[in-house]
Amino acid sequence: MAARRLRQGGRIDRGKPLGFTWNGRAMTGYQGDTLASALLANNERVVGRSFKYHRPRGVTSAGVEECGALVTVGAGARRDPNVRATSQELYEGLAAGGQNAWPSVRFDAGGINNLFSRFLVAGFYYKTFMGMPPFEWGRGTGWWMRYEKLIRKAAGMGTASREPDPDHYEHAHEYCDVLVVGSGPAGLAAARTAAEAGLDVILAEQDGEPGGSYLAWGDDDERVTAIQAVQSLGVRIMTRTTAFGLYDYSVAGLHERVTDHLSAPSPHLPRHRLWTLRARHTIVAAGALERHLAFGDNDRPGVMNASAAGVYLNRYGILPGANIVVATNNDSAYATAASLARAGAAVTLLDARTGVPGAVTGVATEHGVGIRFGCAPMQARGAKGVRALRTAIARDGAWQPGPTELCDLVLVSAGWSPVVNLLSHRGVKPVWDAGNDCFLPADTTEPVSVAGSAAGVWGHEHCVVSGQAAGARAARALGKCSPRFTPPPAGGWQEPLRPLYEIRMPGRKLKSFVDIQHDVTTEDVRLAHREGFVSVEHLKRYTTLGMATDQGKMGNIIGLALMAEARGVDIPDVGTTTFRPPYTPVSLGALRGRSVGTHFKPLRRTPMHEWNLQHGAVMTEAGLWRRPWYFPRRGESLSQAYVREATTVRSAVGLCDVTSLGKIAVQGPDAAEFLNRVYSNAFAKLPVGKARYGIMLRDDGIVMDDGTTWRLSEADFLMTTTTAHAAQTMAWLEELLQTRWPDLKVHVTSVSEQWGGVAVAGPRSRDVLQECVADPSKVDNDALPFMGVVETTLKEDVLCRIARISFSGERAYEVYFPADYATGVMDRLWESAESMGGCLYGLEALGTLRVEKGHVTHAELDGRMTIDDAGLGKMASTKKAYIGKVLKRRPELTREDRPRLVGILPKNRDEKFNAGAVICAENAISGHGEGWVTAVTHSPELGHWIGIGYVNGGYEHWEGGGLVAADPVRKGNTAIEVVSPQMVDPDGERMRG
Amino acid sequence: MIRINCPFCGMRDHSEFTYGSDAAVRYPDLDASADDWTKAVFERENLDGVVLETWHHVHGCRMWLIVERDTITHEIHAVRPAHPEWATLLPGGPTTKEPRS
Repeated sequence: MAARRLRQGGRIDRGKPLGFTWNGRAMTGYQGDTLASALLANNERVVGRSFKYHRPRGVTSAGVEECGALVTVGAGARRDPNVRATSQELYEGLAAGGQNAWPSVRFDAGGINNLFSRFLVAGFYYKTFMGMPPFEWGRGTGWWMRYEKLIRKAAGMGTASREPDPDHYEHAHEYCDVLVVGSGPAGLAAARTAAEAGLDVILAEQDGEPGGSYLAWGDDDERVTAIQAVQSLGVRIMTRTTAFGLYDYSVAGLHERVTDHLSAPSPHLPRHRLWTLRARHTIVAAGALERHLAFGDNDRPGVMNASAAGVYLNRYGILPGANIVVATNNDSAYATAASLARAGAAVTLLDARTGVPGAVTGVATEHGVGIRFGCAPMQARGAKGVRALRTAIARDGAWQPGPTELCDLVLVSAGWSPVVNLLSHRGVKPVWDAGNDCFLPADTTEPVSVAGSAAGVWGHEHCVVSGQAAGARAARALGKCSPRFTPPPAGGWQEPLRPLYEIRMPGRKLKSFVDIQHDVTTEDVRLAHREGFVSVEHLKRYTTLGMATDQGKMGNIIGLALMAEARGVDIPDVGTTTFRPPYTPVSLGALRGRSVGTHFKPLRRTPMHEWNLQHGAVMTEAGLWRRPWYFPRRGESLSQAYVREATTVRSAVGLCDVTSLGKIAVQGPDAAEFLNRVYSNAFAKLPVGKARYGIMLRDDGIVMDDGTTWRLSEADFLMTTTTAHAAQTMAWLEELLQTRWPDLKVHVTSVSEQWGGVAVAGPRSRDVLQECVADPSKVDNDALPFMGVVETTLKEDVLCRIARISFSGERAYEVYFPADYATGVMDRLWESAESMGGCLYGLEALGTLRVEKGHVTHAELDGRMTIDDAGLGKMASTKKAYIGKVLKRRPELTREDRPRLVGILPKNRDEKFNAGAVICAENAISGHGEGWVTAVTHSPELGHWIGIGYVNGGYEHWEGGGLVAADPVRKGNTAIEVVSPQMVDPDGERMRG
Repeated sequence: MIRINCPFCGMRDHSEFTYGSDAAVRYPDLDASADDWTKAVFERENLDGVVLETWHHVHGCRMWLIVERDTITHEIHAVRPAHPEWATLLPGGPTTKEPRS
């Protein structure tokens, strides 16, 4: 029996026992416990297995730096792996278990790896399995590819649930003047000083309770007074909230765990919140983390940070050992040793220093702690829990074996590392303080102050002053009056510490861990040095030092120190790796927030969305839009429906929702001149009441977008764009008007949402319109010829704009009307169209009709093609200047053998081929071939499959034939012919008639 | 996260904006030589230090802005409307100085 719960003391509520399970066994803890403290109270020593060697591991700390007690919490869809038991608050019914072990963490078959650990050094898998002789000399990584799967399976820690996450998460935004990170003595003092100066302060605390080190060490009245003081000043305290990253402009990322501590959370609460906090100044009072020490088997369950034992005693009422050895190189462990002895443990303290004044030892000695100077731990004994400690004695500047101490707990304090991570996120490199043996935050012009132990200040009183100084500095930086405080210098212990990183002695092979979670030993660091990985960044990647979920919070500096020793330089010359966000792990759920499922992206519905559904539409996605795909009649498949719809359009009439096309009002006295510069074809002389198809190019001569533009009056145009490029085109027009041609008097307004749009296409389309408009003469062939535009009203006095333009190749009109009238307009048009044997048609039939005509969409205008490639070169003006004109004449863009738009027919008309196929010469089916197929459809007009695409040199170049559509992974090769892309009604007589 | 002090809307997150291009580029006349256009479209300095950029307040006022930004520190020294006349119409002159901290 080692650890036990005391009858009194601590902050736990003994009146509120909590039942939980560990590996299926029922256990009891108390309200206020963490999972780690509850496991300790139940004397559960082995709680994890290590990453590589599967060595038994126990609780090593009492905070977020934990590198041993990594467990899996929850079950089923809520299984959460790699949870630090030291930060998981206990709740009724919590179910946790060990991970990375089979059958259990106490008896793990994978522990066999430990026997072979002398082979499993840094880089073992790569060295062994990549280029493995004799199989692989000169043969790349073939064997590695086979082994990799098995190796990956053996590595890794816990496994995540494969089920969808049943919880929801939130993103939230907040503003304040000052963000204080950490609510210990320094943080509370800083928040109070800043708030007293009249600033709006948020205090973020990763723990469930504010107070920081007060919770284990201070006078609780002092803590409560300090919290009440800041609350009365309006400071907002956010608990269970980690400031995980600090970004440009003083923006902080906060990760709030809302329900992880609750037994039965309200389903209305999010599990986590991700806060984007915009503060004007940040005060980092995140404290310091105690470092461990590399000695033999320093990873055994029962080896723990000294301060952690104090936390378990004072906060959780647990005496974590009966016979305790404390090993230290500094003053901080004396108070812990004294309080453990007072609580009834037999405590021996080994101090690596040669002696310290009575003022340091006083209290410890009073309580019967046996103190030995010049001593250190050499090797822990006991595989599943420490049973004894072999000590080392300093003699003549070297370590020699000392006596063996029987013990059940070894506490280590090898110095403190201020939490400078948040400054590192801002690119502020910490500076090495040799006297205090730690990295300290450097001075910076960033709006960040550092206070308390995070600035290397030890001791509550000094931390309070340091916090006040930081709060006052923030206040003055933000233009407020605040008294001046002199910040205490770093340090503050009575006796300087003795830098100590590793205990080793010649002739003794010790397995001493630097990074306990990732199983990186001191020998791995030296191996990296021998093999040339001497830079700190290489060391990290070669050994994976500091790359585990704890990011090397307890051991990184040991690695740096050992590398410095091996290279014969000082620690600052080795450097420190840059800390990057997040400080502690952030759940993927919190990062995604509500952007999941149907909320992954916005959904745009046209004003006749419901109408389309009521009339049997099957919808498809077109960018953010939902558009009708096809309108199946009873029992029809997609291909039956679209062939029928396309046939009906060619023989009678069809209606198609085209609202998603971009619509831009281009207005002003210079609107015609503006369009003339933007489009490659002439627009200056477009008459009022006419529409024109236009193609706009980018500066580099590549096609940007196409569409029709209607001249409604002298200074009023309506431009339409493709659905895909509507937003981009709008931004482009704004850019041109604001940055390049500010002298042009033109205003552009997006009216895409204001106007509903429907295409009325087919030989009977005019008949439909004449039935529906108030004055049928407005739409007869004279008033509204091909490419004509008219503004008129429908019978119900609904304003509409009609342009006689055709994407289908039939006589066709686009009718635009105020979006709110969509249902009524569709009812009216459909009543008429239906009576003439018409149909509703969707995107699939629209595609068929346009492929038959060789009309292009974004599949053909894909950001790589010139206007000539798309077969539209003749439309470009040779007289006027326009955007892209100069660079479209670049030699590479004018080569004769560039890909040109072609129509594609299967040689055997019964055969099908696929969009996306590569077009190759039949005797050279390889590589990029001669072109590609952009769209394929079954043509009801021609009675077989057709397609369009691009072929080098165009169809004239391949008149002799000899091409195939190569489609190796789908249907194989299909012999094809390439023809002019206008496969139906090439002279356009139907749409003009 | 970069924050941009839009002269029309005030201090906003960069997620409301889209980056445009190098604002130091002077685009030549539409019928200028191919050399001039090649330089304007393809040749860019890759400076460390203060550069001029265009940004579009696409989820705000939809104004194009000229932003003086330090590519090393992300510090923004000034923001002004790209349209020179609108710049002069703003109260307090054409340029918004960045309040830092």
